Amino acid sequence: MAEARDQLDTFRAEARAWLEQNFPKSLVGRAGEYMVVEGDVRIEGDALAWRQRLGEKGWGTPTWPREYGGGGLTQLEARVLQEEMAAVGAFNPIPMLAGMGVTMVGPTILEYGTEDQKQRHLPGIARGEVRWCLGYSEPNAGSDLASLATKAEDKGDYWEINGQKIWTSGADISDWCGALVRTDSKVAKRDGISFVMLTMHQPGVRTRPIKLISGASPFCETFFDNARAEKTDLLGKLNDGWTVGKRLLQHERASQTGGNPAGGGRAEPLQDMAKRYVGTDDEGRLADPDLRVRLANHLMSAKAHGLTLSRIAAEARGKQQVTAAASILKNSATSVAQTRSELTLEIMGHQGVGWDGDEFSGEEIQTVRTWLFGKAMSIYGGSYEVQNNIISKNILGLPETTQKG
Amino acid sequence: MAALTEEQTMLKDQAKAWVSEQAPVAAFRKVRDSGVAACFAAETWAGMVDLGWTGILVPEVYGGSGMGYLTMGILLEETGRHLTASPLVASALVGATALLQGGSDAQKSAWLPKVVDGSAILTLAVDEGPKHAPESVALRAERAGSGYRLTGTKTFVLEGGAATLLVVAARTAGKPGETAGITLFLVPADARGVTRTALRTSDCRGYANIAFDGVEVGADAVLGTVDGGWAVLEATLDRARAGIAAEMLGTAAEAFDMTLNYLKTRVQFGQVIGSFQALGHRAAELFTEMELARSCVEGALQSIDANAKDVAQMCSLAKCKAGAFLFNMSNQLIQIHGGIGMTDEYDAGFYLKRARAVEAIYGGQAYHRNRYAILHGF
Repeated sequence: MAEARDQLDTFRAEARAWLEQNFPKSLVGRAGEYMVVEGDVRIEGDALAWRQRLGEKGWGTPTWPREYGGGGLTQLEARVLQEEMAAVGAFNPIPMLAGMGVTMVGPTILEYGTEDQKQRHLPGIARGEVRWCLGYSEPNAGSDLASLATKAEDKGDYWEINGQKIWTSGADISDWCGALVRTDSKVAKRDGISFVMLTMHQPGVRTRPIKLISGASPFCETFFDNARAEKTDLLGKLNDGWTVGKRLLQHERASQTGGNPAGGGRAEPLQDMAKRYVGTDDEGRLADPDLRVRLANHLMSAKAHGLTLSRIAAEARGKQQVTAAASILKNSATSVAQTRSELTLEIMGHQGVGWDGDEFSGEEIQTVRTWLFGKAMSIYGGSYEVQNNIISKNILGLPETTQKG
Repeated sequence: MAALTEEQTMLKDQAKAWVSEQAPVAAFRKVRDSGVAACFAAETWAGMVDLGWTGILVPEVYGGSGMGYLTMGILLEETGRHLTASPLVASALVGATALLQGGSDAQKSAWLPKVVDGSAILTLAVDEGPKHAPESVALRAERAGSGYRLTGTKTFVLEGGAATLLVVAARTAGKPGETAGITLFLVPADARGVTRTALRTSDCRGYANIAFDGVEVGADAVLGTVDGGWAVLEATLDRARAGIAAEMLGTAAEAFDMTLNYLKTRVQFGQVIGSFQALGHRAAELFTEMELARSCVEGALQSIDANAKDVAQMCSLAKCKAGAFLFNMSNQLIQIHGGIGMTDEYDAGFYLKRARAVEAIYGGQAYHRNRYAILHGF
């Protein structure tokens, strides 16, 4: 134990020294500009240099193996790195720049990919140079994903892809796509699906952003019209895409469990915002007692969620595990985040329905957009109800529900 | 579960086996049917003493094992599962904690070994009305010679009938509602002027109202400092809350397991009812709530063991979340079992009755939500 702690301390000193030398001071406090969920962020100047240094060191994907561009760190070391970065105001822009690459595609390639696929695809993700999107949902295959119809036809040395995907995050700015396609239509629907990877820079791929209720367009429709996926880019076995795809979704869920659903660490505590808008009584209590109770409840739920994240991590004893527990955490993170948005809106009153204009503060407008976009949380990545199906079947061992599929 | 040490794991397994063999719900039913006023079987209590459970919080120098609150919580979760009736909470958790928090060396030497060997049963007498309101203490303690004279009434004292030594919160200054001016006293339960009235509740647990009619104690009966008892009282109550929350978690977890088992075996419309999505989702939501509550309970116990700064917040969180889950789970236990759950012959009703009784102990959800808000500055 003591030896392990010493090693960790040594690593901490190493990380601190490296950050001191390499993280440009000009970027302190500017994480927000580079950590946005959507949009094609231009990376230049110091930010570009930082991305390159981080990528070269492998610390944008700290736990990936070194031979594929990762940092080769243990989970504990990665956590130390994160702490040290936070301490100096540094941030890791690579997961955002790689789209779905770091959080989902990469871990799945590490698990199912051939040596050749790992060599070709992982380093670009690890450097934050290649952005990935995912072709999963289709207009008629949402929660019932296994009904997907996008077809891949065997053309000898490549697959020819035809069909339409929807809700492809960042498809319009992505370089590569991991897609679930039908490679056998004569078998049960889950048994004829394969996972292929294809470049988005080809004539047979077309994307169209979808404008959401929040005003943003983080998702696209993606059309495959005789698009081409190389045979060497089949991930996992032929017709085993359901297994590979489900595994990837576990990684997705794990990334949506919300390390900090109560909002960024530096954000104003919600209770302070509430006091600012609503006022307090003589004893310093929030003047609206009904809101006060619900706010206390929310803070408790947020705390319970955070404690559960730590507990599950502690039980795994440092091993990175992606388990069915992710479904619990995803639902819990979703309800905490959505409740937080609803409470924030309520706290702001009339000011909480602004769309734009000088009469509303930036924070108020952002609250509305966050609230609206937050409704997607219980839909994407397997809806709230789908997660409950997973919990009841895979954790509790209840029989398959009587619905078909 | 939290990542347990080998010792804790062994203790948990031992507790699980012992409780299900020696003190299962069937034994609880027997005690209830027998009408024993204390609401627990002497041999059950003796068994716990033999296993060393009464010494879990007590340092070795006083005859205990000093294993701490998470370990105590592990045991209480198991007794909670089977509704095992005993003074474990009142004496080995709350009484021992009060002594550890506020006792002089002499008091600790005199009483802790007796807590461990079971020859003394301690309990905390704090509330005076239908609601938990520790700062509202009105029971008066006036100077009388070199000691004090206590006058007033305590309500719903846990194991108040079986207790041999009462830790009494009394007012020596100020007025009800003020935290200053409260003093804790150690009062033998058989002291002259103490009248105990056993309470018959829907749950079977040894609650009593206790009247103090000019009860005289010496100056050495003061636990902690005169007028400054609040800090000890609050620290004791917080540890009591986390411990009772662990018991509640166990009660709710067993109710969950009973329900899950029923979902897998009860057949209607030609299939087990757990195959209906409405019930599968309800089970999934209850399970999620249970996992979240568990994190809060274990987090609070760990926070106490680590002597962390956030003990008060964590204990209110634990009591509130365990309470909310047990409330919901006890209702669903009955609902999902349907008619059979309504019968006295089936155990479900015991869990429902226990759920409401423990909710009120050491502050219910509303109390702790309010406290949590205050601790967060709003």
